[in-house]
Amino acid sequence: MKERHHVLGAMLEAVLGSLFRKPATIKYPFGKFVMPKDFRGQPKFHSEKCTGCRLCIRDCPSQAITITKVGEKKFEASIDLGRCVYCAQCAETCPRKVIDISTDFELAQLDRGKLKIVFHAEAASASCPDESAEG
Amino acid sequence: MNALLNLLFILVFPGMLFLLTLGLAGEYVDRKLYARLQNRVGPPWFQPLADVFKLLGKESVIPEEADKRMFTMAPVFALATVIAAYLYIPLWNTTPIFSFQGDLVVVLYLLLIPTLTFFLGGWYSRSIFSTLGAVRSITQLFAYEIPLLIALLSPALLANTWSISGIAVYYGAHPWRWMVNLLGFCVGLVTLLGKLERVPFDAPEAETEIVAGSFTEYSGRFLAFFRLAIDSEAIVSSSLLAAVFLPFGLFLPVWLGVIVYLAKLAGILCILALMRTLFARLRMDQMINFCWRYVAPIAFLQVIIDLVVKEFV
Amino acid sequence: MPRLPPEPRVTAASLAADADRVVTVPIGPQHPALKEPESFMVDLRGEKIDAVRMRFGYNHRGIEKGCEQRSYTQDLYLVERVCGICSYSHSTAFVQAVEEIAGLELPPRARYIRTLIAELERIHSHLLWLGVAGHEIGFDTLLMYTWRDREQVMILLARLTGNRVNYGMNTLGGVRRDIAAEMMPLILKVVDSLEERTKTYIELALTEQTLIQRLSHVGKLSKEDALRLGTVGPTARASGVDRDARRDDPYAAYAELSFNVVIDDHCDVYGRTIVRLGELMETYSIIRQILKQMPDGPIATKAPRRIPEGEAVSRYEAPRGEDVHYVRGNGSEKPERVKVRAPTLANFSSVSKMLEDGYLADLPIVIAAIDPCFSCTDRMVSLRDGSSTRRTMTWDEVSRMGIQWHKERGLDLSTLRIPGSAGE
Repeated sequence: MKERHHVLGAMLEAVLGSLFRKPATIKYPFGKFVMPKDFRGQPKFHSEKCTGCRLCIRDCPSQAITITKVGEKKFEASIDLGRCVYCAQCAETCPRKVIDISTDFELAQLDRGKLKIVFHAEAASASCPDESAEG
Repeated sequence: MNALLNLLFILVFPGMLFLLTLGLAGEYVDRKLYARLQNRVGPPWFQPLADVFKLLGKESVIPEEADKRMFTMAPVFALATVIAAYLYIPLWNTTPIFSFQGDLVVVLYLLLIPTLTFFLGGWYSRSIFSTLGAVRSITQLFAYEIPLLIALLSPALLANTWSISGIAVYYGAHPWRWMVNLLGFCVGLVTLLGKLERVPFDAPEAETEIVAGSFTEYSGRFLAFFRLAIDSEAIVSSSLLAAVFLPFGLFLPVWLGVIVYLAKLAGILCILALMRTLFARLRMDQMINFCWRYVAPIAFLQVIIDLVVKEFV
Repeated sequence: MPRLPPEPRVTAASLAADADRVVTVPIGPQHPALKEPESFMVDLRGEKIDAVRMRFGYNHRGIEKGCEQRSYTQDLYLVERVCGICSYSHSTAFVQAVEEIAGLELPPRARYIRTLIAELERIHSHLLWLGVAGHEIGFDTLLMYTWRDREQVMILLARLTGNRVNYGMNTLGGVRRDIAAEMMPLILKVVDSLEERTKTYIELALTEQTLIQRLSHVGKLSKEDALRLGTVGPTARASGVDRDARRDDPYAAYAELSFNVVIDDHCDVYGRTIVRLGELMETYSIIRQILKQMPDGPIATKAPRRIPEGEAVSRYEAPRGEDVHYVRGNGSEKPERVKVRAPTLANFSSVSKMLEDGYLADLPIVIAAIDPCFSCTDRMVSLRDGSSTRRTMTWDEVSRMGIQWHKERGLDLSTLRIPGSAGE
């Protein structure tokens, strides 16, 4: 690139122009911030479809998911959100499409225990976590 | 009675309390403008005050190896001298609280002391980063102080007086003659960046090189005092520049005069904030080079202009 | 009788004019100049640097060992997290090595998608670097503007891959997600917008006096030194070394794309800035070619769970330079050995050469100019005791030594469970 004539304050125009523009900052959490629809957020487990093959546990990089048998053909899952790396490999590996990836990312908790969410087996419809992950 | 009234002036308005309030407001204006120029939101109006309260509430740690007396006295001296300097500057009329022949020089000396306290505070903190910052502070002093002094003294040459209020009276009597000193005003603005240790001359406080320079070991109420002193120093120096280089609007009714004064102050602060946004930080040797090669000759030129004009009027 | 203050450790003479005494300033491991912990002990005479002693290893997380205990599928995500900024480089380099051992042939669409994501990562990494360089020299305005523009790429990557960093796009045999046809105009829009912005940054770099003054004649590294010390990436290319893994050893879809390798001969930090800005412009052209030429077809081939015996070395041109991964398979589900040679490790030794005869004020920008990513760098630790003999310890020995060390200081960590270790 060719050398050019040096000036002082080359950003003057850009900088003065910003005075008349809206700031680029989103005043989160007062301003909304939504992730795109394919964002890999919190995994959601639909217990009614699970057959207990445990392929998800085999492929999880951080051993975040545990499956326990609670009855005949009934399984419940516990996902440790603190360990999960949100890679969605479990959703991909599962042969029955039991795991769904939502776009929830506001998962922070003050109490580490609250990060383990359990997806029980009783509900026939969508799973309900034991303790809500939303803070 | 007079003494009591003077005490009120010194402590409340337009003395200490007024200056501290202006200092915090000036910091807000600077930070908000800086943010807006960078396409950000910036802090709310009460942020500088909240910062002071937060610092006052935190633990004030004095390093074991530091010299306790110097460490704790440095911020107090900085704030005290800055407030003292403010008393001699005419703000919106030609009569400051105190004035005498030669108070221009005294004010300049008083404004030198904060830099010395930065040096002493950093030196006696005995930490390696503080020492580096302290030495840089003093080295920088040699670069910007001479052009600043020369530039500030040239309007006095034309006005034939060494008192700031005398300058105000002279230029009030001869309107538009202050335009002769605009070159000095520019020099004053540039060297003011050095005095206030702002980009591009903030090598003594370079965060990415020496953590925080002289203020590395300061915390709690000592840091709060230093911050207040720096904010007030900005207001006092800007008021000095306004009084010496922009001595118009001094014979208006008080409320209008205050508005004009605040407008001058805001203008200077805005220019300082703009310069902070546009430039990168200069290295120590580059800064000294720049000041002695370009700024000092312009200051000398201003003196010559004033002497020439003085011959012909 | 007032007490005199004790003799200060550093006197005015030693620091200011009299340049005899040497003062050691610890830059790091914790320092505002460093984004990641590394130790630089700088010997100063006045403001001039005498010598720099560097130590690294503060970021060592045992990822290579962790890889040996996880299956290849799990390793994909572990290797990705070696670094946040160049995560795709590590992921792709690793998966390329594994695919070579397994003898997998990638479908063309997968190779193009990999190249697309790689180039998008290069954009975000170079813009990040511009901002960090601005911050190191006190030019915070540049930091704010470049990082604002970088948001466009981050949001685009979140839409394409599902995350802003650590994209999780690679799988053994291809990629996990397809690029839908309606995404193409979006990508083009972002590329057009960023190209405009990059042109203003190039304008800034060529004209702004304070920026040029701070960046020029700083961190000088001649071409011979660059070759001798083994520097890679923009650091080497700014010293006139004509090496780029994308052209010299094409991987993914680079063999089918035409692009220029940006070389500069300033040999200093300014040159590195020019090289990175030039690479940004090249990247925009590459992305446009990819979008035009992207073939249809499947996005992955079926990959076995057990990778046969064999070893492979894979090279990848990360934004920071050449990233080398070595993988050895032993026929099982888990790799035998994974070795990562990050580009910053290659550039690290050139820092002390660059800082010779420099000023302390230049140290942050010189370190920042090699675009250090110390998370990538710290891979293996070699312990040296006073007798300077080398000693290798096994995992269990290190674990016992750690427990003992903490017990002597009052902490009992013997019940700590380390997941994935032999005891589990």
